[in-house]
Amino acid sequence: MNIKKYFQIYNLFNYTSFAIEMEYKINILIDFITAIFGLIGSIFLLSIFFDNSRLIGGWSFEQALIIQGIYTILNGVTNTWFSPNLTEIVKYIREGTLDFVLIKPVDSQFWVSFKRISPSGLIEILIGLLVLTYCININDIELTISLIFLLTTTLICSISILYSLWFLISTTTIWFVKTWNATEVLRSFLYVGRFPLNSFSFSLRIFFSTVIPITFITTIPSELILGIAPIWKIILEIIVSLTFISISRKFWKYALRFYSSASS
Amino acid sequence: MYKSFLYKINTLLKIQYSNMLEYRAEIALWAISGIIPFFMLNIWTNNGLNESINLSNTMLSRYFISAFFVRQFSVVWVVFTFEEDALLGRISPYLIQPLHPFFRYFSQHIAEQVTRFPFALLIAVVFFIFNPDSFWIPNIKTIIISGLAIFLSFLIQFLMQSIIATFCFWTEKASSIEKLLFIPTLFLSGLLAPVESFPEFVKSWIYFTPFPYLIDFPANLLSSNPSNISSGIFIQIFWVILFFCIFAKTWKSGTKKFTAMGL
Repeated sequence: MNIKKYFQIYNLFNYTSFAIEMEYKINILIDFITAIFGLIGSIFLLSIFFDNSRLIGGWSFEQALIIQGIYTILNGVTNTWFSPNLTEIVKYIREGTLDFVLIKPVDSQFWVSFKRISPSGLIEILIGLLVLTYCININDIELTISLIFLLTTTLICSISILYSLWFLISTTTIWFVKTWNATEVLRSFLYVGRFPLNSFSFSLRIFFSTVIPITFITTIPSELILGIAPIWKIILEIIVSLTFISISRKFWKYALRFYSSASS
Repeated sequence: MYKSFLYKINTLLKIQYSNMLEYRAEIALWAISGIIPFFMLNIWTNNGLNESINLSNTMLSRYFISAFFVRQFSVVWVVFTFEEDALLGRISPYLIQPLHPFFRYFSQHIAEQVTRFPFALLIAVVFFIFNPDSFWIPNIKTIIISGLAIFLSFLIQFLMQSIIATFCFWTEKASSIEKLLFIPTLFLSGLLAPVESFPEFVKSWIYFTPFPYLIDFPANLLSSNPSNISSGIFIQIFWVILFFCIFAKTWKSGTKKFTAMGL
């Protein structure tokens, strides 16, 4: 595997995607406003919850804001890299254009996962980082090198888990052809990641740490910032993310054996 | 004249219904993706947040299952279909047909709702298995009135989105405007929290917007929580008429701007 070649290809991907997106400049502006309103909306919702109770699931309002920040960053990552590509997979398979991807001397998973990039999500990442900085300020958290290092590690793990979830669902398209709405189901489950996991009932907590590991995606990084995440949780998150990545890889290889072109 | 119009609508509905049945797995998934109200309910009851708004756990559960139902039958996606049709040039043949193209989309939505109904019912059954205390069967009068309110809510959203869809004639991509409009719909309609629980400074102006009439009002009707029936329905009709007039205007000036694409 030639790393340099892949970097070159990736740069070309970015170049063409930006060219496409720049066709619709106003859209980027509207997406920016949407991201801000989305954040205001969820803080509004959070404030309704905290109006009635000082602590929710053991988290105060200022602490719960950290989760909002992490969620916004990860949502930005999803909107920038995952959803534009993985919804495209549906198109490749339905129209049979996956053939052209498969015969290229490039790894097919790399191609289908990184072909598109949507710059409007980058703004969301920026907003999320701002919220996070603000939260670190109001919660009097000292930024040490080790915290930044661990936070980056856990965030990378969260992003890997998120990617694998999206990719696993999109891969099922090879059998079911139309899975547009499966991604919507995933999106609605991920929505739960905006809230502290402890605010849910026991059975839902189990569900969200095993079936769809939302705990690992937003809760552990937030706990880390607050300094209440034990080391075993971080190690567990690393293991879970590695497992997810390798499963998504294997599943893609397995699914390709069942791919039987279309149209042509 | 009317007879041939009814005949067209009838045929359209039949075609779209068989079309939707083809994709029933997809519609089932779509129905599942609407379960966010249940997660919200879980946060409300698990943390005892509803004590301060004077709603018992049972009534709150009924509110949220009703909100789920209202959302299921007022989901609108016309802007996305229209955008695709406009970009691929499929609009051109529709425009010369002796039937307004939006009847096609309208019948699509109705057919989809019919297909969706059994799945929504199934999800409700599962919900009641987990929450047996909140089980209730609304009486016929409630069902009819709230059915009307749900349909009006659907009409409001359909017209709002159709107005945005006509922007495609100018900008080609209108779905991002729809995503922007979806944010207030999500947070102010009562899907995630009943409007009753909103802070006073929001409640003072929210009833002047169409949003609480999309989910909160019909959900309150269906779950027999207190609500003002006649004024609610009246305001819903007001919004339907207003949006219809705006839609007729934008459609008229939009079709004049229309340039065929992708042929």
